Amino acid sequence: MKSNHKIKDFGIFALPGMFCFFAVVIIPFIYGVYLTLTDWNGVSQTKNFIGLANFAGVMQDKQFWSSLLLTFKYVIVVVILVNVIAFGIAYLLTRGIKGQNFFRAGFFTPNLIGGIVLGYIWQFVFSRVFVGIGESTGWSLFETSWLSDPNKAFAALVLVSVWQLSGYMILIYVAGFMGLSEDVMEAASIDGASGFAKLKNIILPLMMSSITICLFLTLSRAFMVYDVNLSLTSGGPYGSTEMAAMHVYEKAFTSRQFGVGQAEAFILFIVVACISGLQVYLTKKQEVEA
Amino acid sequence: MMNQTKVGGNKRKIANIVAMAGLIIIFIAYMFPFLMVVINSLKQKRDIIKSPFSWLFTIKGLSFDNFVKAFTQMDFLNAFKNSLIVTVSATVLVTILAAMLAYYIVRHNNAVSKATFALMVASMIIPFQAIMIPLVSIYGGTLNVLNHRITLIFMHTGFSMAMSVFMFHGFIKGNVPIALEEAACIDGCTHTRTFFQIVLPLLKPIISTMVILNALAFWNDFLLPSLVLTDKKLLTLPLSTYSFYGTYSADYGTIMAGLLLCVLPILILYVVLQKQIIGGVVAGAVK
Repeated sequence: MKSNHKIKDFGIFALPGMFCFFAVVIIPFIYGVYLTLTDWNGVSQTKNFIGLANFAGVMQDKQFWSSLLLTFKYVIVVVILVNVIAFGIAYLLTRGIKGQNFFRAGFFTPNLIGGIVLGYIWQFVFSRVFVGIGESTGWSLFETSWLSDPNKAFAALVLVSVWQLSGYMILIYVAGFMGLSEDVMEAASIDGASGFAKLKNIILPLMMSSITICLFLTLSRAFMVYDVNLSLTSGGPYGSTEMAAMHVYEKAFTSRQFGVGQAEAFILFIVVACISGLQVYLTKKQEVEA
Repeated sequence: MMNQTKVGGNKRKIANIVAMAGLIIIFIAYMFPFLMVVINSLKQKRDIIKSPFSWLFTIKGLSFDNFVKAFTQMDFLNAFKNSLIVTVSATVLVTILAAMLAYYIVRHNNAVSKATFALMVASMIIPFQAIMIPLVSIYGGTLNVLNHRITLIFMHTGFSMAMSVFMFHGFIKGNVPIALEEAACIDGCTHTRTFFQIVLPLLKPIISTMVILNALAFWNDFLLPSLVLTDKKLLTLPLSTYSFYGTYSADYGTIMAGLLLCVLPILILYVVLQKQIIGGVVAGAVK
């Protein structure tokens, strides 16, 4: 009787949720590992087992490695800029000024809107508004659209990403600043600590848990950038801004090389997992209690 | 809050004014793209090309024509309806299923619970791109169930399950006393009734956090719906924006109006529920 109850409970409470999770995440993930070992093209009924040939194909796919390198460059710049800017703005916001909630809510707005729409909005700003400003002021920086020049297109992508992500991080940093104990700050001021000394020796160590979260979120989001990449530059001009996630998509669904695409996705997953794991380990070590 | 007016005095006041001025400048820069969208959505194409950043009162051809055109060309109402159905169903489904599963895991400390929970936590690091190809292969090839709303709802539910269970798990462990359930059990209440009548109401704070986080993610998602839905009648708002932009990309005024229409529903909701949304997002990140 009792074990009957147990099975019924399991069936009602645990099974439906587990089913969704396994059917959508775990089984495709495992199947994905198998796909990297086949030559499937997305259409044909037969999949031939070809061993590690897809990984050899990945090695030869120069575009993949250059897009991965570009993604690294992008991630480093975005992560640093987002966190420095968000930290700075959060610091300004928590000095007890008026309208803190209004500013905070405003900065967060881009996060409510999908990357596709954000990318289109900025495409208009870069290709029409900035060019308009360039024409009427003669400012050479804006004379031509940023999106038609490889280097500037990369900068444009970084700018939009920083704009998009920083609002979220501001929220987390603001929560962190609010949690700082006033007593500690006052004690430091009385002891004559300068602004910079306070930042380095007190604020940063005490904010480390917020920094851990923000670095983790920005890292994983920047690595997987796709929506904004697609709508702002769609990899152009001449594939110069094609990030790794977009390359994987193109490889599988446009070039129809599913095996190679999945192998690349898998490599990307390992890279992201290692880097964010390392980051959490390193920054967690720096966390202290007040 | 770090309010230190006592320590600084005048110097502090000046510093605050400088901080305020800096913030206002940064804020205007942040809002600039939105401002451009609003202004240009009301202009005609030739005025936009002449000068995209000219102010409204300097031109004559101000009108809402762009909105009418965007509204009909995008099939806005239909896309809005699709987004609403998908977002609401998936949010309700994942909230209930995740709460039940998390409750089971907390109250039954057996091998299945432990293994499932560990697997869920580990799976949160897997990016969507690592799953999308086999996902399409299984659901598009073997099962052939793509192009149905219900498939998308099911997938949204599955993908947000791990994170949701993780959040509910933490909350139930810390905030739901087992004594209440034992009392109900003695009174002869079945487990299912205990859960829905006693446990679920206690979960309100975490439910509102998870509803906000999941609903925002579902509403704005592009990549997953783009893989599942291709039938024009089923497109969600981000998808129909994408195809609309492809067709009208040179018609700036219409495009700006279309983008604004897309953003409007969520902005209205944001104005009403600002406190809850911000609170929910912070709670979701810090946990």
